[in-house]
Amino acid sequence: MKTIEDLLKEHHFFKGLNPEYISLIAGCGKNAVFKKGEYVAREGKEANHFFIIQQGKVAIDILTVEEGPVIIQTVQAGDIFGWSWIIEPHFWRFDARVLETTHAIALDGKCLRGKCNEDPKLGYELLKRFSSVLAQRLEMARMQLMDIYGSKSGKKKRQG
Amino acid sequence: MTDPMVPSLYRVARFSRETHDTFTIVLRPQKAEKSFTFAPGQFNMLYMFGAGEVPVSISGNPLDKKTITHTIRAVGNVTQLMRQLKTGDRVGLRGPFGSRWPISEASGKDAVIVAGGIGLAPLRPVVYQFFARRKRYRRVTLLYGTRTPEDILYKRELKRWRAELDMDVHVTVDRATGSWRGNVDVVPALIPRAAFEAGRTVAMVCGPEVMMHFTVRALKERGLGNEDIYVSMERNMKCAVGFCGHCQYGPYFICKDGPVFRFDRVERIFRIAEI
Repeated sequence: MKTIEDLLKEHHFFKGLNPEYISLIAGCGKNAVFKKGEYVAREGKEANHFFIIQQGKVAIDILTVEEGPVIIQTVQAGDIFGWSWIIEPHFWRFDARVLETTHAIALDGKCLRGKCNEDPKLGYELLKRFSSVLAQRLEMARMQLMDIYGSKSGKKKRQG
Repeated sequence: MTDPMVPSLYRVARFSRETHDTFTIVLRPQKAEKSFTFAPGQFNMLYMFGAGEVPVSISGNPLDKKTITHTIRAVGNVTQLMRQLKTGDRVGLRGPFGSRWPISEASGKDAVIVAGGIGLAPLRPVVYQFFARRKRYRRVTLLYGTRTPEDILYKRELKRWRAELDMDVHVTVDRATGSWRGNVDVVPALIPRAAFEAGRTVAMVCGPEVMMHFTVRALKERGLGNEDIYVSMERNMKCAVGFCGHCQYGPYFICKDGPVFRFDRVERIFRIAEI
């Protein structure tokens, strides 16, 4: 059976990271299982973890008056989920609801923040990686905002 | 085809609603003996008498020579009228026109089909071709993104393709509410997870240009080269035979040189807003 450290070493998110740092990070990790319907994160609550999804699916929701919860993204096996633990004030910015029983590696943000404060190079390495996740997410969110499949989709003239 | 500017008469054999604004019509030639052949990726000019003509990609099975199928989104005057067509109504048709998807080039390789919104329609004939000759291809993956679960085209077929075709089918929507249990994300986000081998893959991409831009980038990040990627471009087409110039795209006319281009041919002009 693979250890958390083994799994982190194989994950693309940690590619290029010093193995000693991976050991340090793995020391803040544990396996977690979430049942369908359970909330992994609640908007406004303290964000003290991030997750590497091993199996299952989680919906990131925003509550709207008109439609109730609107799913704006789903995350699944291989995805990194949660950046609020590293960015102050460390509160979740959204709800995360489990759609299918989900197995994940849960990494303790408080533990990691402590290690990052002791070794800013580790903090920089993690921040670089989370910045990349955030930039990608921002780009995709902009694409969603453009409503490119809507009726005002620019130069699209030919049908079908 | 004798004169490409003269429409032939076709009758609506079947009309079916796909989504709130999109429908599919199956046409039969008025002259029953007439057959129709096309290559996946090509389009026809459909003429609503008294209203006007629009270019529409062919979305049916290329092996069916008796009928011709189009999936149309009602977004303009002509297509709004087309939405009111009934079985037996007549339309004019010119075509087929334009270039084809690289079906033969994909032989012996992995194939990745990436569709956004109504962009699935011109790629459906590709799936039919793969269905007919599945053993010729290695892994076949369809990645399809659209606005909401209610906007998904060909729902039954997507299920069938997934079940019967030995094909990975991944559908994602930009936003969802309620009971949706599928993916919510933009379609380029599916590419890192897709099963294909760089150097042995042909990718076919159709959708809004913004979606194609991010898709091409994601495909390149997976190791595909410009020569492995094909895109279907969209411009306002009128004559469909390269005379009028309405669909000029840099040195090309979309109607004649496209709509399907290998990406290395258009990369230089792909993101120039003025073109």
